[in-house]
Amino acid sequence: MIEFKLLGIGILTWMVFLPILGMVVLLLMPKSAEKYIKYVAVGFTSLLLVLAAVLLAVYDPSKAGVNTLSGFQFVEKLTWIDIPAYLFDGRIKIEYFLGVDGISFPMVLLTALISFVGAIASFSVKRNEKGYYVMYLFLVTGMMGVFVALDFFLFFVFWEIMLLPMYFLIGIWGGERREYAAIKFFLYTLFGSAFILLVMIGLYFSSKDPETGLRTFNMITLMDPRTFAPDSIFGVLNVTWRLIAFAALFVGFAIKVPAFPFHTWLPDAHVEAPTAISVILAGVLLKMGTYGMLRISWSIFPDGARYFMVPIAIIAAINIIYGALCAMAQKDFKKLIAYSSISHMGYVLLGMASCTQIGINGAIFQMFNHGTITAVLFLSVGVIYDRAHTRGLNDFGGLANKMPKYFAVIMVAMFASIGLPGLSAFISETFIFLGGFKNEFIRVIAIISTLGIILNAAYILWTIQRLFLGTLPEKWNILTDINARELISTVPLLVIVIFLGIFPSFMINLMTTSVNQLVNFIWGIN
Amino acid sequence: MLEQTLNSLKSFIPETVLIVSLIVCIILDLILRKKSAIVSVAGIIGIIISAYFAWMQLDMKGIAFSGMIVVDPYSVFFKMIFALSTIIIIIFALFSKEIFESTHKNEHVYLMISLALGANLMASSVNLLMMYLSLETVSITSYILSGYNKKVKRSSESAMKYVIYGAASSGIMIYGISLLYGFTGSMNIFEISMFLSKANLASSPLMVLCIVMILAGFGYKISSVPFHFWTPDVYEGAPIPVTAFLAVTSSAAGFAVLIRFFATTFLQNGMILNGNFGIIPGVNWPEIIIVLSVASMILGNFVAVWQTSVKRMLAYSSIAQGGYIMLGLVVANQQGITAMLIYLMAYLFMNLGAFFVLILISNKLDTDELIGMKGLGYKAPVICIAMAVFMLALSGIPSTIGFVGKFYLFSALIHSNMFWLALVALMNSVVSLFFYIKVLKYMFLMKPDEGDTQKLKFSPGAYIMLFALAIPTMFFGLYFTPLVRIAEFSATMFGIK
Repeated sequence: MIEFKLLGIGILTWMVFLPILGMVVLLLMPKSAEKYIKYVAVGFTSLLLVLAAVLLAVYDPSKAGVNTLSGFQFVEKLTWIDIPAYLFDGRIKIEYFLGVDGISFPMVLLTALISFVGAIASFSVKRNEKGYYVMYLFLVTGMMGVFVALDFFLFFVFWEIMLLPMYFLIGIWGGERREYAAIKFFLYTLFGSAFILLVMIGLYFSSKDPETGLRTFNMITLMDPRTFAPDSIFGVLNVTWRLIAFAALFVGFAIKVPAFPFHTWLPDAHVEAPTAISVILAGVLLKMGTYGMLRISWSIFPDGARYFMVPIAIIAAINIIYGALCAMAQKDFKKLIAYSSISHMGYVLLGMASCTQIGINGAIFQMFNHGTITAVLFLSVGVIYDRAHTRGLNDFGGLANKMPKYFAVIMVAMFASIGLPGLSAFISETFIFLGGFKNEFIRVIAIISTLGIILNAAYILWTIQRLFLGTLPEKWNILTDINARELISTVPLLVIVIFLGIFPSFMINLMTTSVNQLVNFIWGIN
Repeated sequence: MLEQTLNSLKSFIPETVLIVSLIVCIILDLILRKKSAIVSVAGIIGIIISAYFAWMQLDMKGIAFSGMIVVDPYSVFFKMIFALSTIIIIIFALFSKEIFESTHKNEHVYLMISLALGANLMASSVNLLMMYLSLETVSITSYILSGYNKKVKRSSESAMKYVIYGAASSGIMIYGISLLYGFTGSMNIFEISMFLSKANLASSPLMVLCIVMILAGFGYKISSVPFHFWTPDVYEGAPIPVTAFLAVTSSAAGFAVLIRFFATTFLQNGMILNGNFGIIPGVNWPEIIIVLSVASMILGNFVAVWQTSVKRMLAYSSIAQGGYIMLGLVVANQQGITAMLIYLMAYLFMNLGAFFVLILISNKLDTDELIGMKGLGYKAPVICIAMAVFMLALSGIPSTIGFVGKFYLFSALIHSNMFWLALVALMNSVVSLFFYIKVLKYMFLMKPDEGDTQKLKFSPGAYIMLFALAIPTMFFGLYFTPLVRIAEFSATMFGIK
């Protein structure tokens, strides 16, 4: 166990609660200092980025984690709720238990990165800035907490409280149908988390820590088959109930991904959300779903992951192809990117369904890449929308000459999104398909899913054609090129995209030990 | 006999204090002859003293007045709940314009104390007749209170409706009691339990009839479907502090007697095995409770969605909340009762908080309609953020006290393998979010009308009261050890081994 402390407080606690500190600072700022609010918020998110960099420097990629406590890094474990004699049922113990391994670490990096980018992109928010940034920082805390929590109860608390700021961010600062989109997002996710809560409580009452003999929410203990008494509801003998639990958890997480048929909230939320929030939504929030699956469903119910391999792969294939087809039909630039997100998250699901080393490596890598690439794409939508106040793809044309720098930025992002070799998504998508081919149960589905690549290229290239090629309509002569602030928020992400395209092992190395451990665990090898 | 009565008086001190303070308040009111906070303060002091004596009973376990009432941790718990909520409501009344503008002077203070007295008796009675009488004490006081503003048509109308429903319900209840008495030959629930454990007439459908009829009385107090019809109208018509009082204190009293009645009367040989109640064969009361609970949740939540008045919405919401609380009884074990007590504590803070915000708002705006709250978040931010806390707590979002309550209720269900019921309840709480968040939607998502941006001002006292309710709502959501400890301790009832 690597420990790392600043001022006596663990680094992960810093990362989770630094934004809360930022919230307090913002709330205490006097009215006269209102114009500095955004800089303070950016300051706090950049501190987060610095901490993430420190974490990256200290992180030991050779530790596996997953189901071994000793393999987790930066572990912090404190007792949160400890009620000695819960009537007739031993004691109840909930821990404040944080830690990272190769599965969560890329997500922590991604969260820090996207939060920072999102804060810069939020400069275009003009109305009620204080409220906006307070909510924004609250959201960051929720997201970070989800990725580092190792106690199921704690995980659930972060998972749910993150909905609130999101509701207000979409609902107050969003577009025309913002109220509808916000409540749809909230209700959908809450519906999903109802299932997660059920399974969580069920797991608690089936568990018995082999060492202490107590019931537990500790995810790592829950991964140990010895934890469950054979006759308990999620015990090893209760195959049906374990499969039902897996399915229920899958629904809970799939809503967040979003997997077909639970995806309908996403286009609405994206279209109505302000640019920075779309970036966060696509960049980080969707990953919480797939991360939750790997961390909880796949690890606690490996039997479920094996059993449901084919159905999940089918859902993934539907996501890939249906998402791409929907994207092709869109006339709204932002909606197109939203549907392409559904398609790309389908790849992640496919990689995970394969349950192979290469597939899951690809899935996690794709989660990271999709985060960076889609962030740039949404930022680009924001750039054009801020200037032209329309996102209609058919309203434009010939922008390439008018906005050359913008064209360059968006071209890199779009080609990355297609999966052009040399850019990061190529590696992850290749890995995912390799994983899919390697697993003979889902090989056919993986082959069908490759159709998505062609569709993906089709709608992206068509978009480029509609926006940038052809003749520039008279009225868009007023458009100005991308400005410095927008470049600051997009270019670093593109640098990462290119860097990881050329040197993918940088990221793969961080996760691969853990992924091996996870895959071995799923197939019961160790 | 005399000696026994004198001995019993010792365990009757909290109630005696309430009676004394009731009289003191009446006399003070007669002397002062005008609206005055002094009466309220005197009332609050009386309740605090009574609560102190109730606290002194904490380690007592005994029966008094020839088997009429008992003193046990369970009743002490409820006495505390009643004392706390009554104090808070009396303070609410000081803020309320409706109460201030009424033609009465300070009657509400001693009416509320007498309701608390009735509630105390409800929580400790173990005799069917005593249960009925104390329930009537509470009811009659509530009738008067809900018609408090006699000049306001809505208020009088609500009192009238309340009386009619109340009379019908308690009529049915007393008929059920008489049937049960005819069956068992006793009014004392311990004796009934003993009789039923030995006799094998329990499978008779008449038993079910008895239970349903008696439930009419209890169900009416906790506004459970199908005895809920009075709730929306009375909640809407009564002054808001009274509504809050009915929603919290009176319904908690209903739960107190309901839980004790079912837990004790139909307990096989008065024994608990591993925390589970041995239910007398044939008397399958948990199934009846399941029906009521599910019906209350579904009706309450789905009808609340369509309400345009926040007060009416809270009325339906409290029907639904009552449905959640009843879930704890369904599992028929100590864990379930613990969960119910936790939820009742949570309910006290979050519901009273919501009503307090409503009082403050309707003082300024003279409306409790949703549309009137448009953009209020920009005019009264602190009040509205507090409202957000209460609304989210009511819908059960984690890190609020409401989640703790729901978490324990669902845990009790799942521990008894009642997954489907937990799922129904969870889906209901998803629906409930829709209307709770609607309040926030009007407050924050909608902008105030043009030229209507003046900030609303509230007295410092209002803020103190608001924080006194909002901070526990948040704090106990994150650190709920004390709540659980209290509830666990209080789940022990007299006469159950």
